[in-house]
Amino acid sequence: MDTARITKSHPENPIAVEEHLWKKRKRREGLKHTLTVFSPIFLLVLWEFLSRTQLIDPRFFPPPTEIIGTFAQMVMTGDLFTHLEISFYRIIGGFLLGVIPAILLGLLMGMYTPVKYFFSPIIMALMPIPTLALMPIILIIFGIGDFGKMVTIAGSVFFPVVINTAAGVANIDQIYLDVAKNYGAKSKDFFWKIALPGSLPVMLEGIQMGQAIALLTIVAAEMMGAHSGIGYLIWTSYKAFLLKDMYVGLVLISFFGYFFSILLRMLQKKLIPWRK
Amino acid sequence: MDQESKITIHNLTKVFFKKRTAVTALKNINLEIQDGEFVCLLGPSGCGKTTLLRILAGLDKESTGSFHISRAKKNRPLQSMIFQEKGVIPWLTVEDNVAFGLNMRHLPKKEVKERTDYYLNKVGLESFRKLYPSEISGGMKQRVSIARAFANDPEILLMDEPFAALDEQNKFILQEELLNIWSETKKTVLFITHSIDEALLMSDRILLMSSQPGQIIREKYVDLGRPRNMEMVRSNPKMAEQFVDIWQHLQTAVQASRQN
Repeated sequence: MDTARITKSHPENPIAVEEHLWKKRKRREGLKHTLTVFSPIFLLVLWEFLSRTQLIDPRFFPPPTEIIGTFAQMVMTGDLFTHLEISFYRIIGGFLLGVIPAILLGLLMGMYTPVKYFFSPIIMALMPIPTLALMPIILIIFGIGDFGKMVTIAGSVFFPVVINTAAGVANIDQIYLDVAKNYGAKSKDFFWKIALPGSLPVMLEGIQMGQAIALLTIVAAEMMGAHSGIGYLIWTSYKAFLLKDMYVGLVLISFFGYFFSILLRMLQKKLIPWRK
Repeated sequence: MDQESKITIHNLTKVFFKKRTAVTALKNINLEIQDGEFVCLLGPSGCGKTTLLRILAGLDKESTGSFHISRAKKNRPLQSMIFQEKGVIPWLTVEDNVAFGLNMRHLPKKEVKERTDYYLNKVGLESFRKLYPSEISGGMKQRVSIARAFANDPEILLMDEPFAALDEQNKFILQEELLNIWSETKKTVLFITHSIDEALLMSDRILLMSSQPGQIIREKYVDLGRPRNMEMVRSNPKMAEQFVDIWQHLQTAVQASRQN
């Protein structure tokens, strides 16, 4: 319709017609970006308004501006960084403790069928058990120190990564296995040149999932037997009815999630540059 | 025979067995291919030509019978395969794909580089060496595959419909390029195709296959000087006769397999 009108006004100029359409597409793109940026701001403003007008109970939902104030205070006293630092340390430690063995076992399962058939039933049986339900036992065995929490995180990160890694190897196209065999790849070369890089895309998806699960786990783990960390901050603030402090803790978790997913996306670009 | 043949296949049979039914893919194949000969296996899809190639490539095992590839030089791989378009490894750069066989054999770095450079240059991909397969066209990918096989310097080359996925113009260009590179080395080639034109253009000898059971039913020598190109094949009345002859033969083979 619009095209017809433009064609009438520039009957001889195809470039003008296309330019007009291109500008229109650009505008639509711009609108999408605006919406993406606008939606969280909209939510915050709505929250502020409802809380200030007492349409929602400001004791449970303090206005965002006040939460920011509390946040600033906690930054000043330095409290926040102690909690952040210790949680960060536990997440990274637990994450690596879970991911590294999971990748190794997953690759072995993908490459050697007997290994796969031996471990698959064990993994399937253990996977549905929430690691948090095992926390009492983990605390007895590993103590209530940082290591116990890392083991809890590792336990829940392990499963999505091991399953995705094994699937990643299993899904490598048969033709690449044929090429490797035809050109005389020995098992060591096969591992480094075919199995590992070929499984990386699916493996990284598993790691992405593991990262999300690690965040869920750390908070819960720190609520149970800890004297520091973001989970501890959230839990004690809640119990002391310092809800603004609690919200600061929640925002920090969200920030952690964002930070880690950006980190993983960068890793992905670095590790699988052939994906276009 | 005064000269030992390069590839000898003796009474080779392959049966696929699944759920108590047996399908004879290849039946009593006997074949001798001379050193430096370019042989095309031509037949309808499902006639077992790919199975035969995979057995020679060490990717499948014959049920009974045997084959032998004679070795002229020590430390040379017996065979290398040029796969279909998908056979280029996506996580290796063009350069690493070409060097793949050499690296798998752990040759000295200098030698790997020399040979890789030489064949990259031959197929005109030097300036694309750092790119990944996803960044180049289908024709270029197939050039990578060709360079990889020749760089490996095997006793014989096996080619599994390498141009089947290309458009016609690209196919003509690559066929001639392949013939050019081949004429330098004069390696023994076993080439699979279902295109009669391609077989006439490329080969010294065409083996016609029937399907189920896969058997070689006839052989034809292609009497045309080299270097060749598509124009020569298309304008030569003798080749046109050959084409019709082969086509009639294949037609009866295809009809026969349909009735089974």
